[in-house]
Amino acid sequence: MLRNAKRETLIAYILIAPFVAIYGLIFVYPTIDLFFLSFQDAPLIGPGEFAGTENYERLPRDRRFGTAFWNTAYFVALTVIPGTLVALAISMGVTRLSGRVQALVLSLFFLPYILPVSVVFRLWDWTLNFQFGIAMHLLDIFGLDRIPIFKTTTWFMPAVAFVTIWWTCGFSILLFLAGLRAIPKEIYEAAALDNTSRWRMFRHVTWPLLWPVTGLVLTIQLILQLKIFDQVYLFSQGGRPNDNLVMVYYIFQRAFVNNQGGRAAAIAVVLFIMVIIISVLNFQLMRFSERRK
Amino acid sequence: MTPTTIKRINWVGGIFTVFTVICAILWAFPIYWGIISSIKPEDEVIRPYIELWPETLTFEHYWFALTETQIGTWYINSIVTAVGVTVLTVSTSLFAGYAISQLRFPGRTALWWLILASFMVPTQVLIVNHFVLMADLKMLNSWAGIILPQLIHPVIIIVYKQFFDQVPKDFREAAAMDNASEWDILFKIYIPMNWGVTTALSIVIFIWAWNAFLWPFLAVTKTEMMTITVGITQVFDAFGVYYARQLSAAVLAGFPVALAYLLFQRRVTQAITLSAGIKG
Repeated sequence: MLRNAKRETLIAYILIAPFVAIYGLIFVYPTIDLFFLSFQDAPLIGPGEFAGTENYERLPRDRRFGTAFWNTAYFVALTVIPGTLVALAISMGVTRLSGRVQALVLSLFFLPYILPVSVVFRLWDWTLNFQFGIAMHLLDIFGLDRIPIFKTTTWFMPAVAFVTIWWTCGFSILLFLAGLRAIPKEIYEAAALDNTSRWRMFRHVTWPLLWPVTGLVLTIQLILQLKIFDQVYLFSQGGRPNDNLVMVYYIFQRAFVNNQGGRAAAIAVVLFIMVIIISVLNFQLMRFSERRK
Repeated sequence: MTPTTIKRINWVGGIFTVFTVICAILWAFPIYWGIISSIKPEDEVIRPYIELWPETLTFEHYWFALTETQIGTWYINSIVTAVGVTVLTVSTSLFAGYAISQLRFPGRTALWWLILASFMVPTQVLIVNHFVLMADLKMLNSWAGIILPQLIHPVIIIVYKQFFDQVPKDFREAAAMDNASEWDILFKIYIPMNWGVTTALSIVIFIWAWNAFLWPFLAVTKTEMMTITVGITQVFDAFGVYYARQLSAAVLAGFPVALAYLLFQRRVTQAITLSAGIKG
């Protein structure tokens, strides 16, 4: 079949024009602008002077940057692997069920993921409320002391991590369920004939076959949790924001509270590079493990 | 398998099933508790013991939220911006995905790299520059300003490309024999054949846009331009320290997306697994 190359090119350009225009405006330009801004001593709005690498040189000595960096790392540690394990356990439970019971149970586990963060915040702020929260009534019943969870530095991050796992788990559950469905039934039937115990079946059949999905879930979670902001911000309201800083929160604070666009941009570049490094490492790792197969 | 092993497995299996169901109920309990608290009178809400069902059932908090606060305006802002994000993302991604999948043109590789690059960049690091850009364009506190920076969803293009790649080439050749134009092929063959994906992706993008917090929170300072997710947590004098009122607002904010999920459950799960790169 003969193709009219000129016409095809024209049609292609018409089709991609809206996409290119939008990405040029809100992706390419801001990304380049970000790097320029990070070398300037600039307020949020308005021109700034070239400041060399000063915005970056400040960071290692910056107390709040240290807090933000380590809190982010702490939060990642509290959510990524625990969240993945919880999702795996739930999907192992759900996959055994069938029919309507399965649909119902899955939607109960999945529903939190659909909710806006503001609603999740309201629900848990209420459930864990120091004076009237139902969780505090439970502590009373067991004779334990009540804790003002979101006002204490010790409990803040673990509690936000817990709420985050509750909120985002549904996504990982779906991926695990898709992975479990892809494992051929014959393998289990053969193992059942050999009287293999449940644990050995999981250890030697399910876990290795599920590993690609587990890797995917871990990566998605890792990159997602590095960028955490919403929950930390909402639960910090009326609390101690400066103790609870995470990277995106600190970008927000520098830019929108301290009116220092240049310094905020430098922090954003650091987070940007962290995410890129992890993405590239992960990509290499996936390629490596695929080659081994 | 001997009869005794079957019995043992069923017994253990039964316990597992009951355990899973109990866990699921406990998992969703905070949602139930939030809804129940929102239909109790304020003095019942703060009683120092647990009541799983309200003694007096009341909708006064919903009435308050709907009449005494700006929640109606926030609803409209949320609907307009979420629909805007959905329509723009789906249409631009569909066209670009089609061009990449079916057409040969100079710059195709560059376009592909642009898409892959945008996968790598977290939009959260661009908030400062988005804010400056929207201020320059005089779009802060406007629907357009809320919508525009939320349009980076490269994964949607990839999904469309995969689906268009799978349409058998025979359709295209047969249509070309009939002298159908490229537009006919796109609008009469490729789009109708993939309505299912389009619906699924649209529902999920709508849910994401409705739930968005960070950007709408930054882009808007006037209470009458806020989306509902921002309004119910940032306008402090709207609800006061009345827990049932706050919860009724939260229920109203979550209702449309929860409904969308319950109505289109299979589409939603399909689109979410697709967006993670797994073919559902």
